[in-house]
Amino acid sequence: MSPDREIPLLTGRHISKRFGTFTANDDINFDIHAGEIHALLGENGAGKSTFVKLVYGLLSPDEGQFLWHGAPVEIRSPQAARDMGIGMVFQHFSLFDVLSVAENIQLALPAGISLSEVKERVITVSAEYGMTLSPDARVGDLSVGEQQRVEILRCLLQNPSLLILDEPTSVLTPQEADQLFAVLRRLRDDGCAILFISHKLDEIKALTSKATILRAGKKVTTCDSASTSAKELAELMVGAALDNSMRTPPVLHKGADSLFCVAQVSRPAATAFATALQDISLSVMSGEILGIAGIAGNGQTELMEVLSGEAIGDVTAGKIELDGVSVAGLGPDMRRQKGMRCVPEERNGHGAIINMSLSENALLTASHEPDNVSASGLVSWVKCHALSRKIIGSYDVRTPHHDPLAGSLSGGNLQKFMIGREMMSRPRLLIVAQPTWGVDIGAAQAIRAAMRRLLEDGTAIIIISQDLEELLVMSHRICVLNQGQLSEPLPAQDVTAESIGLMMGGITNSVSERAV
Amino acid sequence: MMRLTPRPYVSPHQLLLVPVLSVLLSIILGGLIFAALGYNALDALYQFFVAPLSRPDQIGNLFVKACPLIIIGTGLVFCYRANIWNIGAEGQLIFGALGAGWVALYLPESWHFMMLPLMILGGMIAGASLAAVPAFLKTRFQTNEILVSLMLTYVAGLVIDWLVRGPWRDPMSFGFPLTPYYPDAALIGKLSLPVVGKLGQLHWGILIALCVSGLGWFILSRTLAGFKVRVAGDAPRAARFAGFSPNIVTFSVLLVSGALAGLAGMVEVSANMGQLQPQISFGYGFTAIIVAFLARLNPAAVILAALIVALSELGGDSAQIAMGIPKVVTGVFKGILLFMLLAGETITRYELSFDLRMTGGKMSRGDADV
Amino acid sequence: MYDELLLTVLLTSVPLILAATGELVVERSGVLNLGVEGMMLMGAVAGFGVTSLSGSPYIGMLGGATAGALTAALFGFFVLGLATNQVATGLALTIFGTGLSGLIGAPLVGQAIDGLPVFIVPLLSDIPVLGVLFRLDLLAYLSIGLVAGTSFVLFRTRAGLVIRAVGDNATSAHALGYSVLKVRFYTVMFGGMMAGLSGAYLPLVLTPHWAEGMTAGRGWIALALVVFASWQPWRVVGGAVLFGGVTIMQLAGQARGWSVSPQFLSMLPYLATIIVLVAMSRGGRAERGAPAQLGRIFLPPR
Repeated sequence: MSPDREIPLLTGRHISKRFGTFTANDDINFDIHAGEIHALLGENGAGKSTFVKLVYGLLSPDEGQFLWHGAPVEIRSPQAARDMGIGMVFQHFSLFDVLSVAENIQLALPAGISLSEVKERVITVSAEYGMTLSPDARVGDLSVGEQQRVEILRCLLQNPSLLILDEPTSVLTPQEADQLFAVLRRLRDDGCAILFISHKLDEIKALTSKATILRAGKKVTTCDSASTSAKELAELMVGAALDNSMRTPPVLHKGADSLFCVAQVSRPAATAFATALQDISLSVMSGEILGIAGIAGNGQTELMEVLSGEAIGDVTAGKIELDGVSVAGLGPDMRRQKGMRCVPEERNGHGAIINMSLSENALLTASHEPDNVSASGLVSWVKCHALSRKIIGSYDVRTPHHDPLAGSLSGGNLQKFMIGREMMSRPRLLIVAQPTWGVDIGAAQAIRAAMRRLLEDGTAIIIISQDLEELLVMSHRICVLNQGQLSEPLPAQDVTAESIGLMMGGITNSVSERAV
Repeated sequence: MMRLTPRPYVSPHQLLLVPVLSVLLSIILGGLIFAALGYNALDALYQFFVAPLSRPDQIGNLFVKACPLIIIGTGLVFCYRANIWNIGAEGQLIFGALGAGWVALYLPESWHFMMLPLMILGGMIAGASLAAVPAFLKTRFQTNEILVSLMLTYVAGLVIDWLVRGPWRDPMSFGFPLTPYYPDAALIGKLSLPVVGKLGQLHWGILIALCVSGLGWFILSRTLAGFKVRVAGDAPRAARFAGFSPNIVTFSVLLVSGALAGLAGMVEVSANMGQLQPQISFGYGFTAIIVAFLARLNPAAVILAALIVALSELGGDSAQIAMGIPKVVTGVFKGILLFMLLAGETITRYELSFDLRMTGGKMSRGDADV
Repeated sequence: MYDELLLTVLLTSVPLILAATGELVVERSGVLNLGVEGMMLMGAVAGFGVTSLSGSPYIGMLGGATAGALTAALFGFFVLGLATNQVATGLALTIFGTGLSGLIGAPLVGQAIDGLPVFIVPLLSDIPVLGVLFRLDLLAYLSIGLVAGTSFVLFRTRAGLVIRAVGDNATSAHALGYSVLKVRFYTVMFGGMMAGLSGAYLPLVLTPHWAEGMTAGRGWIALALVVFASWQPWRVVGGAVLFGGVTIMQLAGQARGWSVSPQFLSMLPYLATIIVLVAMSRGGRAERGAPAQLGRIFLPPR
């Protein structure tokens, strides 16, 4: 193949995509050439996924135009993208666990190709790229890395000229990642263009020749990834440094012992896509906010379940103490009675029940209060309603009528309700995941202000969030959760967006040595 | 292509409309079936739904039929609310009748003043113990409760058959498979109402049924236990977050529904038969499933739902006598009614649209657990 | 004596094999149809009625299969078209089928028909004891053929591959361009046809009469057999013969003058079902071989 180096393989011109009032992609210009590995870099929510979905025909742009070999195209569906020669490997695979490798691949090929032919091609092509795969193996029995090879192989058998990989290494061990890179370099040498989405700076430096950086839906720049330092890349990804005046005032109760302490807690992964927690240790003192940063999928959900008590059966090692007394054996309701309150990330069906009224949702985490439920087990709906009214009043929750279903509230208002519900009890410890995720700016500010007010009563707060800016503004100390491991916390004033970005990208490892 | 789009919000009016429309549609479809079978549809529908209400004693009998349906249906509401599929209420009813029958037949005479309370207790314990089997297997081994509870219904039918033909048979029954008559203390008497007096076969059991329904409504809507049942069924993950144990909920709802089915068995025999025989139920345990759905899983609405379904049972009798329509047509009507209720559920939860174009595009997932 | 017993075991197991094999394919595609009992009853009454009208048990057989498939189409419309709860819809189908079969069959009660004739394979049928294997009716032979065919289609053809893929991961199958609902509708129809054949076997071979509810729970046992077979067609045959064996223990008991009451012997198949279910429910769903999507509603993305 001798690709024309002058005309890019794929060009995006002024690509914009909006969801309601939210602009996910804003006027993005983009070029990728044949035989090039091109990184798409950005924080969560920067617009990377939206952009590749546009390229792969899963979404269509509101404005702008794609060019393929210099000619305008409209990519209407994934099928159309595949027919053009675009292949995509998703972060969560679309494989069939109970079927064999060959059967999985056969399903993606046109009818009429026999299973034995498929097996032969699997063997040839996988040998060609140094990906050992047995065509008869059951996909469910394969490691995640091997499953990814099946996905890649499925794309390769369709001879793509552009291959998109969405955070391919997030599920891989370092060795598997190295093997993947070898395959991708082979492909590049054969003239295939590769669009590689990642937030891991070392990988981008090692693998790609160009990097396009997105922030808040806009393209920041396209740079030469080899000649740009990791530090510069991190800065471009996260943005400017913070104004110190916006930070939470220092801890009031200085010198106090830690109120809540977790030491060497481990939890094995429940499924292939879950993250195992290894040796998690953290502590937080009264009046302090501890921020836990990290990209989604690095163990946030699992950690929340351990802290809330939902996962008491799964924790294999370590201790969890409140005031020096172990709470490791207590379920969520018992922990709540001791003053530990949690707000999980998922509102729908986890932190709230959308088919039930706000009064009922108020009772969900207040059923041990004798006010709401008498000793004989009778619920006082009058009191629950009063509680819900109080939450609504104190935390400015906008409701359509006096006791609506939780599902009829907007996301931001339901979030305020859920956080208010837990704050109402003046907790000793509040653990919040993604406090302002999907919430408008006004509501986000209200939530942050309410959390700060709580500090004055000596409440300790743990915030688990992907929103770096929020963590930098809110926290006293920050640590990073990366691949199920938690780094040592750093004082927030010593942390810059850049240094934490490097930690999240796995470059500076106070996170612990990555096994090699 | 027919397409379903989830509705973001469902108004309470729509929810009320579903059972009403379902009943109406089922009646219309029932009429079509009568016509297809060669009967005059209007006459048949009159015999089915109006004739049974034309005499006061018939109204009493309507309540007699509805009585076990109310009691069992209330228990099933608890199960289905918790997303536990007990379909073995028929067997639990039989076991309840046996538990109560054992008390009635063997309680010493000096204890007869305690007869009915002890029979109620015996019936409820026996019914609950049969339901405890799927409860235990479900919580311990995740065994499917649907098949286990159903298999036990067949077993229960054979147990009663064995008892009334063997150990418990009345030696004076001339070889008929019947136990001795219960002592008077073990019988539930006919109810005499003020002004109208006795109404057909109406008995005191209906008061038990009304109490059960009321109590069921109270527990489900006014107690923490009821709240836990609702949360566990509606949002299991939220239940774990709140700290409600799913196993305790599973066990409780199965025991409650088993106990209530057992109570229904006790009432049926004591009020209507006065002795045990191989056949003591006429599918009440299965019919109650439809009652629970028709009531939209609300224990208070179970009374009305049971009356509607009981009317179709009586109507079957009346249509058979007057027009020779086979009584099993009631079963067809019940099946159609359940289908209509399920379709109504879909129409309230999804927007139905028909489009002939192929639309490409967005990905979204629509998986939902059973 | 022994060949008589063996024959009874085989005849008892045929309807279970047919119904369970059909349901197995349905469940392989991710749909749980609890209405097997209702479809069998429709098959039974149609099989009996058509035979009685046409005089030919073979046409009756087809009638049974058609009736089963039509009943299943009703289930398919609700579960696939209207996305109703599969458990409740299956129950509705059983209640409906029980009622409708009784209604259709009311004038048939008391009639008798000539059932399926026995085919005697020369020579082989003279083998002592095992010879009964070659003195069966057409449908019994056919049931084994259908198991073989099902096994072949499921594991050796592209159609079977698609069925298994849809039952394992409907979203991925849809993304690859397969119509999940169409595939499922076909399997549901196949399951209904098999249940219809199974029901027709009762009046055509076992007892030459029609009686309301004559399936006596066989549809439910077939459902349990699918679990017992861990969704593998050939294991259905083994399981059905085992159940047949348990069922006829009462006959054997009576013949040998056992002192156990017949009711207890009649309980054995039901109790055995429960024991099997418990034994098979240890370990996770996937380890047992249950299709991952079983009982889940799939709405095609817009």
